[in-house]
Amino acid sequence: MAQATAQPADSLDRRYGQTQRNDRWWVEPLLTGGGLLIFVIYSAISAVLGEQWAFETENHLLLSPFFEPLITPGWLPDFISPALFILWAPIGFRTTCYYYRRTYYRAYFLSPPACAVREPAGSYSGEGTFPLILQNVHRYFMYAALVFVPILWWGAIKSFHLPGEGFGIGVGSIVLTLNAFFLMMYTFGCHSLRHWVGGGLNSFSKSSPRLLRRRLWDFVTIANEKHRRWAWTSLIWVGFTDLYVHLVANGVVTDLNTWSNPI
Amino acid sequence: MPNAHLRVWRGDEDGDYVEYDVEYEEGMVVLDVVHRLQATQAPDLAVRWNCKAGKCGSCSAEVNGSPKLQCMQRMEQYPEGETISIAPLKTFPLIRDLVTDVTWNYEVAKTIPEITLREREADGTHRMAQIDVDRGQEFRKCIECFICQDVCHVIRDHPENMDDFAGPRFFVRLAEVSMHPLDTNPKEATVQHGFGLEYCNITKCCTDVCPEGIHITDNAIIPLKERRADVHYDPLRALGRKLFGGRS
Repeated sequence: MAQATAQPADSLDRRYGQTQRNDRWWVEPLLTGGGLLIFVIYSAISAVLGEQWAFETENHLLLSPFFEPLITPGWLPDFISPALFILWAPIGFRTTCYYYRRTYYRAYFLSPPACAVREPAGSYSGEGTFPLILQNVHRYFMYAALVFVPILWWGAIKSFHLPGEGFGIGVGSIVLTLNAFFLMMYTFGCHSLRHWVGGGLNSFSKSSPRLLRRRLWDFVTIANEKHRRWAWTSLIWVGFTDLYVHLVANGVVTDLNTWSNPI
Repeated sequence: MPNAHLRVWRGDEDGDYVEYDVEYEEGMVVLDVVHRLQATQAPDLAVRWNCKAGKCGSCSAEVNGSPKLQCMQRMEQYPEGETISIAPLKTFPLIRDLVTDVTWNYEVAKTIPEITLREREADGTHRMAQIDVDRGQEFRKCIECFICQDVCHVIRDHPENMDDFAGPRFFVRLAEVSMHPLDTNPKEATVQHGFGLEYCNITKCCTDVCPEGIHITDNAIIPLKERRADVHYDPLRALGRKLFGGRS
């Protein structure tokens, strides 16, 4: 690679945190970093409590997405939460997601805190060395996330049918359905998926399968262009869905629905 | 006429900001005001410019700390009385005032592989379908203002990485070469090794500042990273290669 002919202008704002920016550049990393932190703390509490904070209604109509599908093998000790079998996938998917990388590199690693704002680290090796080289496993987590999309939809569809009473609708059913939709849109907007369905091709025009992949690429691109929006919408909503199911399952809130027996 | 309070970098690396008051008129852009400053108060002010239409990429500078084209910044966006700081691009060696030496970029450009087109078709043409043309067109919009290079923290804050890192402008070029449907060169040369792609941590500042609106991160850098992932970090492809051999 070429070498610079001289050192850059060291006298121009090259000390840590310095910038000539006079806008409120710190607002975005503060809000996004704070939002992520709140979600991480809440979801950790919800997941760790497990059975100690009911996550499913007694009639099995509503199940928190943190525990969908419910896996409770007999050998699992009581103090281990069934969320353990589920959350590794979304945690891994979101942690290695290109959008979230942008967010937490800025907010937590200050690398950089904002554009044209001096970062504090003295040296930088990017994602080429351990541990950040592990960000490349995003493709693995994308496959896992794709498996969870139909699982969450199945959980949402089941919430419209109460055994013994038949089909109906309730606030919980709508909450779970929106959750499945938002998570699907976030997953379908994944940069890795966009590459996988068609982005890896150099020519779309040579055959019918390639044209089909172009159509898929177009579809994923639509979701991908709003990836940040879907990332935050799905994150906030999955947290709200978990909280709602907990509150209903623990009798704090009554789910308004069309069935005669209250949940 | 309203008055602009400017804070302009003067001199070389040992220079400093100098404050000026310059009258301006409705419709003017920052570059117009700098030219008026040059004409009325600072005839020795060095500023590089050419088209004044956002297409030549010459007048890149840092306006209020953000890399911009001076000719595309209308004065109306700055409240009257606000001090407007104008500084040279900080990533490149400073020559004087607002002019930097961007030679490094042209040296990097020489390292980017060229496209070798396949044989012409029987009628003597190179033919590409429009849907294949569309994708590469975005990359051709680059005006080489080097604002994306300037804002990239990989070299802005760590100039020692300039030896190994091509920078976002040249990832755009690499993507164009890599995705070109008529190129006959092995794609591994453009994708699998070198150019410091792994230094990029996707903070998207290059995309945020691009005056041409090129989706540098989403359409160039991430696709290049994903092409590497195809080979090294895809479990299904690895399984396919194991079962069926060759590339999958």
